[in-house]
Amino acid sequence: MPTLPSSLSPAGPAGSPFRASKSFLRRRALWGSFAGGCLLIAAASSVFVTLGIVYVLVTESMGFFAQISLLDFLTDTQWTPVFENAHFGVMTLVSATVTVAGIALAVSIPAGLALAIYLSEYARREVRETVKPCLELLEGVPTVVYGYFTLLFFTPLLQTFIPGLEGFNMLGPGMVMGIMILPYTASVSEDAMRAVPSGLREAGYALGYSRFRVAMRVVVPAAFSGITAAFILGMSRAVGETMVVAIAAGQNPNFSFNPTEGAATITAYIVQMAMGDLPHDSIAYQSVFAAGIVLFVITLTFNLIGFFLRRRFKEVY
Amino acid sequence: MLNAEMSQATLPNLTGIVDANRRTDLVMAGIGISVLIIAMSLLAAVVIDLIVGGWPRLMNPDFYLNFPSRHPLKAGIVSAWVGTILVMLVTAGIAIPLGVGAGVYLEEYAARNWITDFIEINVSNLAGVPSIIYGLLALGLFIHGFGLGETILTAGLVLALLILPVIIVSTREAIRGIPLDLREAAYGLGADKWQTVRLYVLPAARSGILTGTIVGLARAIGEAAPVITIGALTFIAFLPPSPLQASPPFINFEWLESPFTIMPIQMFNWVSRPQAEFHINAAATGVILMLMTLAMNGIAIWLRYHLRRQIR
Repeated sequence: MPTLPSSLSPAGPAGSPFRASKSFLRRRALWGSFAGGCLLIAAASSVFVTLGIVYVLVTESMGFFAQISLLDFLTDTQWTPVFENAHFGVMTLVSATVTVAGIALAVSIPAGLALAIYLSEYARREVRETVKPCLELLEGVPTVVYGYFTLLFFTPLLQTFIPGLEGFNMLGPGMVMGIMILPYTASVSEDAMRAVPSGLREAGYALGYSRFRVAMRVVVPAAFSGITAAFILGMSRAVGETMVVAIAAGQNPNFSFNPTEGAATITAYIVQMAMGDLPHDSIAYQSVFAAGIVLFVITLTFNLIGFFLRRRFKEVY
Repeated sequence: MLNAEMSQATLPNLTGIVDANRRTDLVMAGIGISVLIIAMSLLAAVVIDLIVGGWPRLMNPDFYLNFPSRHPLKAGIVSAWVGTILVMLVTAGIAIPLGVGAGVYLEEYAARNWITDFIEINVSNLAGVPSIIYGLLALGLFIHGFGLGETILTAGLVLALLILPVIIVSTREAIRGIPLDLREAAYGLGADKWQTVRLYVLPAARSGILTGTIVGLARAIGEAAPVITIGALTFIAFLPPSPLQASPPFINFEWLESPFTIMPIQMFNWVSRPQAEFHINAAATGVILMLMTLAMNGIAIWLRYHLRRQIR
C-alpha cells in the first residue's frame, strides 16, 4: 500500500494543531473494523436464513422419506395422512395448487398486460404517478382479509352465475388472487416496457405505426423477457399464497383440476396440519415438511428463472 | 405490406387509416382504464363488505377491550391487538438493524465478487419464498431446535426474517441514491469509511430507509401464515406481562416468553367458524387490521412520492 505524504494523511500535517492523536486513530480504526464486521454478519444472516430453511425442510422430512418411497410420493393420487391406511400422493395437493395458480394467471396475464401497456404507453405521467400508489394499496391488504372476502362475498356472488359452484371452490380464490397479484405483475412489466429505449418507439412511429402497433410490435417484443419474468414471479406468489386458499378453497385433499370443486393446496394443507397439535415424531408432522419441500422447490425454480430473466433485460438496455 | 399501403394511399384513404388508428388507441386506453376500475372496485368492495359486515361490533367499545369468548357477542380483540403490537416491537427490533446493516454492507463495503453476487441472488430469492415456508423454519428450528416455544419472541423473530429482504432492498436503493460527492466530501475532511457511513450516508438515506421499513412492517402486521404454523393459540384470555413496570429496572422481558395471539390469526379463527355471528367479529377485526396496514402503507407511499418530488 502506498503511503500518503504526511500532509495528506488523515492524521494531518506534522505539527498542525489539528493533528489527530495516535490513540484516537487507533480507536477509530478499531471501531471501523468492528462496525464493518457487524455489517458483514448482518449481510451474511440472509444466507443463514436460506441455509436454515433448507436444513429444516430436509432434516424434518427425512423420517418421512424413509417410510414413503419417492415414487409413491410423486405418483399416488390420494393424500390421507391421518387415515388408518395412509396415502401420501403429493400430486393431490399439487393439482389444487396448480389449478388455483393457473386461474390466477389467467386473470392476471391479460389484465396485467393491458394495464402495463396503458400505464407505460398511453397514460400521462401524472396519471401514472397517481395510479401506481393506488395499486400498491391493493397489495397492502392483508391476505386473511381477502380470504374472508372470497369466502363470504365473492363466492356467493359467483354462485348466482354458476349454479354448480361449491361453497369451497378453487375458482373464487384463483380469481381474487389474480387481482391480488395484479399490482405486482403490472408494475414489473411496466418497468420492463419503460426500459425499452425511446429510439425504438420513434422508429416505429416514423414508419407510420399507431401507438397500439408500437406497443404490440415494438415495445412488448423488446421487453419480452422482463414481462415473462413478471408473470413467472407472479405465478410463484400465487403458488405460495396461503390464507386465501386456506379459508376459501377448503381443506379437503382432492385430486382435481375442476375449478368449481374445493381442494386443499399445499399451503392450505400445511396450515390445516399446523393448527392441530401434531406430535413431533409422527409421520403426519413430517409430511408437513415433505409438502413444504415441494412448495419450496416449485417457488425456488420460478424465482430463479424470474431473477435471471429480469437481470437479462436489464443488461440488454 | 407497408409499401403497398403507402402507394395505394390516396388522401381520403390516409385519413381513414389515421382514424382507424385513433379508434384502436381509444379502445386500448379504454381497456387499460377498465382493468384499473375493476381492480379498484374490488378494493372498494373488500372495504365496504368488511365495514358493513362488522359494523355492529365496530361500534361497540367492549369489542376493543374484551378477550375472545365462546359467546360471539362478548368476544373482543384486546389480546389480539396487544399481541400484534408486542410482536411488532420484536420484529422491528430485529429486522431494522439486520436489514439496514446488510443493505449498508452490500452497497458500501462489499467487493464486486462472486460472494456479493451470491448474497444478492440469495436476498432476491428470499423475497420470493412463500411466507408459510418461514413458518416451517420457525416450527422446525426455533421451536423444536432451539426450544424457544410458541412465544412472542418466536413470532417476532420469524416475521423479522420474513421482511428482512424488503428492508435490505429498500436500504440499498436509498443508499444508491446518495451522490458520490457526499462521500468524497466526507473523506476529504478526513473521515474514515465508518464515519462517512454513520455521519453522512445513513442520515442522508434516512427517509428512504424509513419508507422501506414501514412497508415491511405493514406486511408483517397482516401476515398470518408463518405465525399459524408455530401454533399460536387463538383463545388467549389474558395479556402478556407488561414490558414496563413501576419498580426498577422499569423494563422487563417476561412478555417475550408469553403465549399470544395476533390480529390476523384472531380473524382467521373467527372466519373458520361455521356460526355467522363469529363472521361479524371477523369482519370487524379485518377493518381494524386493514386500518393498521393501510395507514402504514399510506404513510410510506406519501413519504416516497413526497421525497421524490423534493429530490427533483
